[in-house]
Amino acid sequence: MHLRLRVWRQASATATGKLVEYDAPNISPDMSFLEMLDVVNERLMEKGDDPIAFDHDCREGICGSCSLMINGAAHGPMKATATCQLHMRSFRDGETIDVEPWRAKAFPVIRDLVVDRSALDRIIQAGGFISAATGGAQDANAILVPKTAADAAMDAAACIGCGACVAACPNASASLFTASKISHLGHLPQGQPERRRRVLSMVNQMELEEFGGCTLYGECQEACPKEISIDTISRMNGDFIRAGLTDWR
Amino acid sequence: MSRALRFYRSAIGKKVVMAVTGLIGIAFVIAHMTGNLLAFAGPEAINSYSHFLKSTGELLLVLRAVLIVAVILHVIAAAQLTIQNRAARPMGYVDREPQVSTWASRTMRWGGLLLLVFIVLHILHFTTGDLKPAGVFSTADVYGNIIASFRIWWVVLFYLISMIALGFHLYHGAWSSVRSLGLRQPSPNPLQRRVALAVAAIVWAGFVAVPVAVFVGLVG
Amino acid sequence: MNLNARIPAGPLEKKWDRHRFEMKLVNPANKRKYNVIVVGTGLGGGAAAATLGELGYNVQCFCFQDSPRRAHSIAAQGGINAAKNYQNDGDSIYRLFYDTVKGGDFRAREANVYRLAQISVNIIDQCVAQGVPFAREYGGLLANRSFGGAQVSRTFYARGQTGQQLLLGAYQALERQIGAGTVRMFPRTEMLDLVVVDGRARGIVVRDLVTGDVRSHVADAVVLGTGGYGNVFYLSTNAKGSNATAIWRAYKRGAAFANPCFTQIHPTCIPVSGEYQSKLTLMSESLRNDGRVWVPKSVGDKRAPNSIPEGERDYYLERKYPSFGNLAPRDIASRGAKEVCDEGRGVGESGLGVYLDFADSIRRVGESVIRERYGNLFEMYQRITDENPYEVPMRIYPAVHYTMGGLWVDYNLMSTVPGLHVIGEANFSDHGANRLGASALMQGLADGYFVLPNTIGDYLASSKPEKIDVSHAAFRDAEAEVVDRARRFVDLRGKRTVDSFHRELGKIMWDKCGMARNAAGLKMALEQIPRLREEFWRDVNVPGSDRQLNQALEKAGRVADFLELAELMCIDALHREESCGGHFREESQTPDGEALRNDERFTYVAAWEYAGATNAPLLQREPLVFENVKLSQRSYK
Repeated sequence: MHLRLRVWRQASATATGKLVEYDAPNISPDMSFLEMLDVVNERLMEKGDDPIAFDHDCREGICGSCSLMINGAAHGPMKATATCQLHMRSFRDGETIDVEPWRAKAFPVIRDLVVDRSALDRIIQAGGFISAATGGAQDANAILVPKTAADAAMDAAACIGCGACVAACPNASASLFTASKISHLGHLPQGQPERRRRVLSMVNQMELEEFGGCTLYGECQEACPKEISIDTISRMNGDFIRAGLTDWR
Repeated sequence: MSRALRFYRSAIGKKVVMAVTGLIGIAFVIAHMTGNLLAFAGPEAINSYSHFLKSTGELLLVLRAVLIVAVILHVIAAAQLTIQNRAARPMGYVDREPQVSTWASRTMRWGGLLLLVFIVLHILHFTTGDLKPAGVFSTADVYGNIIASFRIWWVVLFYLISMIALGFHLYHGAWSSVRSLGLRQPSPNPLQRRVALAVAAIVWAGFVAVPVAVFVGLVG
Repeated sequence: MNLNARIPAGPLEKKWDRHRFEMKLVNPANKRKYNVIVVGTGLGGGAAAATLGELGYNVQCFCFQDSPRRAHSIAAQGGINAAKNYQNDGDSIYRLFYDTVKGGDFRAREANVYRLAQISVNIIDQCVAQGVPFAREYGGLLANRSFGGAQVSRTFYARGQTGQQLLLGAYQALERQIGAGTVRMFPRTEMLDLVVVDGRARGIVVRDLVTGDVRSHVADAVVLGTGGYGNVFYLSTNAKGSNATAIWRAYKRGAAFANPCFTQIHPTCIPVSGEYQSKLTLMSESLRNDGRVWVPKSVGDKRAPNSIPEGERDYYLERKYPSFGNLAPRDIASRGAKEVCDEGRGVGESGLGVYLDFADSIRRVGESVIRERYGNLFEMYQRITDENPYEVPMRIYPAVHYTMGGLWVDYNLMSTVPGLHVIGEANFSDHGANRLGASALMQGLADGYFVLPNTIGDYLASSKPEKIDVSHAAFRDAEAEVVDRARRFVDLRGKRTVDSFHRELGKIMWDKCGMARNAAGLKMALEQIPRLREEFWRDVNVPGSDRQLNQALEKAGRVADFLELAELMCIDALHREESCGGHFREESQTPDGEALRNDERFTYVAAWEYAGATNAPLLQREPLVFENVKLSQRSYK
């Protein structure tokens, strides 16, 4: 395949960036998108140029490091697929591909396609956990969890924290990310004691990080490599309303 | 800070306000649309219905107050959320392809603005009578006002365009308000919105029926 | 060097209890006065940092990824073992202990493995309390499955994402402590050196990967949970960033490196498809329950698999191991694939692959049953290879997956440098020469939640570290070395990219120090690696500056360390003249070609001590004493 790339290049957080065009000949359709970028980078380095910086790690769609807005879609054109699992056979020979970083006020660009997603960690810090210090647990089977509840919790817990929901949302909202953790823990009996406190402080933190609000466009669900449902957002709102009207301290 | 204010300060709080006021609006437009259809039953039917409404006195005042407050809250919350949402992405994408969001959802803001303009003009037109496109207005003869106005092509056109905007606004709003309030049960395809489609289509058809019927001469 | 494993006296099942009683404790009010550094945030590091924070220690935690949630533990699919015996199928702590020692081909410490089996039950309790959504039965009890050829169902799982869910549990506990202020987190920060003062580990030197700043952090104890070094082979199932730098720097500062040649090769990975391939993807071993492994009988048969008649296929695992067949253990299945490919009977374009055929199972139980069992795996396979495994047999090939070797630690998980503790895959671990399926997660969490937080207190309480700060000469010197090294890379302006060196190193290691080795090959590798290293330091190309985010520079540092570690691995492999666990030494086999262990000569842990850049490393031996288990030869015929 012979492709043309237009890639966002930005030397540092404070520098101004721009889209730069690259010619990418001899690309195998069996390459993953990131392997294609590896090849482009090798060629850049052989010419003495700086390679394109991008986040990646496991390359099997589970660590959530990889990002990339590809032709205007978070993680590219393939549904339920992170960028690292996207293969070049999803593109046409001769195509021009735009590659941009996630864009949100809460995700400042660090360099090229690398952004700072630590806001998501701080949302978890605010309450995305069950307070169970090591050592005090009772026997695991003493807590019965109906299979339906365990399955629903697992559906939400599949979130890889990549931030595609924020990137895809026209409002740059982190609602799907936040709601998936709230749903995961809220479906389980272990998560009940802190359920109200959790939703209040996580939502509050989401606002402090300056993410947008949810308009239920549904773009997040479509972009999510783990296909997490916007049902979780509805659930979060329900929890928030109950807690907000009764428990706010 | 009071609990209510703190609740409202969050985006979800504002969405709750928008959803509740939006649902009030939906209830209102359905009732309004049903009343309008009395035009098909002739002058006496709709004129006496109008007379009945006015005779309720304080109740009508309360209803009007609720509706006005609802519209104001709906608009303020929408404006604040729009500002927050715009600020959340100071730099946009060069290339952005909407994947599944409906046209209706993406035009809530502009469509909403058009509806606001419509509501003001509509009140001036049929409630207060300050706008007289046909040159005549009578508080007692609602039927006459309708017939006179909807014989004019550009009045009909304005109403038709506004009702299309209302239809789209409801198509997204009727669905999303329930979800914003956390009232929907999980579904395998949460983006599906059959009820909202029905509400939007019925309200749109009901509102459009009268001006079109008058214009083509079926009524009056 | 003193290799005292400090195994407590007394009967096996009492050792850990007795040890916990005999260890010194740190007064609760004093814990916050102790600083502990934890490097790595996987199951080991993440769990340790969270637990130490809960206990009240002052913790500084580091990871090179942008968030602690991204550590590679997250990619583990299958499950986690625990001797709960919830299925009433005859499991017990002793049986898990026995299976692990035997599976490790009798090259692990009995006391450590027994403790691991004891703690395994607490891990499940802890994880459930944290909200890990393990699979459940309809009645609400935990579900189990049998895994990796175990004869009991003791594996707990969360769909095919057990590692992810366990890691998120640890990550959430860690974030809770960060929020509480007991742990300070430093993401995108890479440890580049260990600082030893007066013979004790007192801190680390790190590089901020965003700004390029080089800084020191002081502590009273240092914990490394930095994972394995499988990426020395370039292609492995490890994450791209997984590296050996932290443990290698520690080795060069005096920590002994144990059994470096012990690596595990997983039999069911998706084969390499081209030169550009950047990593290998593992497919769950459970596929071998229903798939039949075969290659064509004749060399160079390039026909499409479905047009090769039954009579011309060689189901070599079923032929050679009639009782275990396609379910033969990992090492045997991997070696079998290598053998047939070496004979020229491999399939696929590269000839490095064997078929895993589901046609018989689909005929027997129907496609829908197969879809239910392996649907997500088949989908993943199709996404990567663009072939439909319901119609065409899968192609699989072994890939490096885990490293059993690592820094030597005693029963307290402390290395030969006092104060330096090593946990999880980074230490030489409890898996001996071969790890059983679903045991890595168990060990990481056992170390992180339950062992280290207890044993580190003993060290802190019994050593009275004097007050020092980053102005100490040892820190200044180490920082200067780190800065110099980074400068050297960016000033080289050579011709070859880092990856091209890494790929070449990987090929040497795979060919000469992989599933099967022999003295001649290893000796050749020991000539090639230093040559490659010399060329690397002469001609590597690292564009950009060291004062910014520079991913080429990060990689160069890691590959430079791999180039040294690779040599140690070959030295260790050369000295171990026996076949054991995953390591087939061609000179040591039975007349019918099976692995032959040599217990008389090699029942020990080989711990290598750094002796300077120009000297050969020194071998120290920790003899392994088996008091409870009788050594036997594994047989799967």
